[in-house]
Amino acid sequence: MSALLNADFWAFVGVIAGIYTILALGLQLQFGFTGLLNFGQVAFMAIAAYTMAILVVRADAPLPLAVVAALAVAALFGLGLALPALRLRADFFAIVTIAFGEVIRYLALNEQGLTGGAQGTIALAGSGQVANYNLEWLRFQRDVQERLEGVIGSAATRDVAMLAIVWLVALVLIVLLQVMVRSPWGRVLRAIREDEDAAGALAKRVPSYKAQSLAIGAALGGVAGVLYAFEFSFFSPNDFDPLTTFFAWTIVILGGTARTWGVPLGALLFGVIFAGTRFFDFPPFSLFGSADRAYLRLIIVGAVLIGLMAFRPQGILGRREELVLE
Amino acid sequence: MGELAQLIVNGLVTGSIIALGAVGVSLIYGILRIINFAHGDYLMVGAYLALLANVTLHAGMVVATLVAVAGTLAVSVLLELACWRPLRRKGAGTFSLFIVAIGLALILRNLILLVAGAEPSRYDVDVFQAYALGPIRLAQSQLISIALAAVVLLAVGAALSRSTVGKALRALADNGPLAAVAGIDVDRMVVITWAIAGALAGLAGVLLGLVQVSFDPNAGFLLLLPIFAAVILGGIGSAYGALVGGLALGLAMEVSTWSGFAGGVSPVYKPVVAFALLAVVLLVRPRGLFGRELRAA
Repeated sequence: MSALLNADFWAFVGVIAGIYTILALGLQLQFGFTGLLNFGQVAFMAIAAYTMAILVVRADAPLPLAVVAALAVAALFGLGLALPALRLRADFFAIVTIAFGEVIRYLALNEQGLTGGAQGTIALAGSGQVANYNLEWLRFQRDVQERLEGVIGSAATRDVAMLAIVWLVALVLIVLLQVMVRSPWGRVLRAIREDEDAAGALAKRVPSYKAQSLAIGAALGGVAGVLYAFEFSFFSPNDFDPLTTFFAWTIVILGGTARTWGVPLGALLFGVIFAGTRFFDFPPFSLFGSADRAYLRLIIVGAVLIGLMAFRPQGILGRREELVLE
Repeated sequence: MGELAQLIVNGLVTGSIIALGAVGVSLIYGILRIINFAHGDYLMVGAYLALLANVTLHAGMVVATLVAVAGTLAVSVLLELACWRPLRRKGAGTFSLFIVAIGLALILRNLILLVAGAEPSRYDVDVFQAYALGPIRLAQSQLISIALAAVVLLAVGAALSRSTVGKALRALADNGPLAAVAGIDVDRMVVITWAIAGALAGLAGVLLGLVQVSFDPNAGFLLLLPIFAAVILGGIGSAYGALVGGLALGLAMEVSTWSGFAGGVSPVYKPVVAFALLAVVLLVRPRGLFGRELRAA
């Protein structure tokens, strides 16, 4: 029971929920508002995280520069997906994006010279050396923590500092996205989602808007990737597998497609359910060991997905009329 | 030269297994217009049912394979009745069903993980039995895979083109509403399609387990994208195309590592070869080799 009330654990859950919020926000822009089925969102996390780490370790780049470069590279790859997006039907595009995500993971796994391979980021400086990209960030995080101590005293742990940073970034991005989506630009996106040909007939350059949506969504995925890298100080290719993308999709659908504020809601709910099942000490959960509970949790995620599609495809905040690609 | 011949044989083995999976996916797509994202895990249901029969219950591999095929067929039909059909009745669209397939994939894979664990398993067979044909070495499992896949796929192909059921399925794939008006029992045909797809998947899973020697519950998902690539390469909706696409893809994946191709592709990138082929086909000729004209985006 004491574990249930452990503030540090829940702060950690909050950090992960915040990172997933930002990841899913990119997906919400691409799918909820533009109707593009991107199932490779995790790839942009990986691209940004690796770009940042490689620049810091190999090129001694200052952190802000490395982060900006990382997001730019992710956005560029997002633009790259625009070509298949224009030529393919929705479900074929989905398969291509999954393949894209797996190609990125394979490259990261096998191009040891570039990414450190399966050993992950500790191998970034070559064999015999332990690479660490996170020194500058941890200093920054310590600064934030000290400032928080002035406000909330001893409750300001490392996790709480990270929680504050991540959610501040998330909230800024959510508000920005909400403003963008309510603007004329956002209205064109939604027109494209509803009826591409009609939007094209009104002389809206559909390919350009789709490309912008993909690029910005990719950059958001990149922000999530970079924050993930900061949180754990280490990552390897298998941290970026399709399951992460599926979680992001679950969050978008759960919160409600085309509902910007549905994303943080979905992420928090998902995070609490996911982490909370750790503490269920009653049957049927108590019948399983902790390794097995991980599988049980994923079965529940699968069941939630099916249940949502069957009973409430519009999610918590969504409206039935605005359902995408029924 | 011997290396190339060996790679071609390996390619035919991989290709036969992919083809078995791809024909099932293609049949389902043809009649229901859904891409069964859970198909890789249908394969693993077969693989693990055979494991149960062979290793836990000490049955021979032949019996185990029959158990796997029958069992996966049953699971496939059960899922149609309990999951897919109710959702179709509710009017669920392509996107919803795609998400449902993902959810189903998660459930099936983690059920198997729950029961069998994540450790690799192997069948109780002699893995060293092999035959030599000139410079080529053919393991017993490889020979069985090619032979069995060939026989089964030819039988399915003949059944689809000659039998009444086969004609009904093709009619339904061609024009669903018209076929229904012509008196074809759509529900029954859909169940039959899932049964065939399930049986083929079960067989593919067992063969995969045999050929790979050791396998874990994630092996099916790793084959899923090559299976989709084969379906699209062959032409979506064409079962014959899926067969050709599967073999072609298997060959492409293995032969790409031939040292004659300027050193060849590194073996770890074989799946990437499949993805590259998929991307090229979708961009250059979306309807694949034998498919019908597709509407873009």
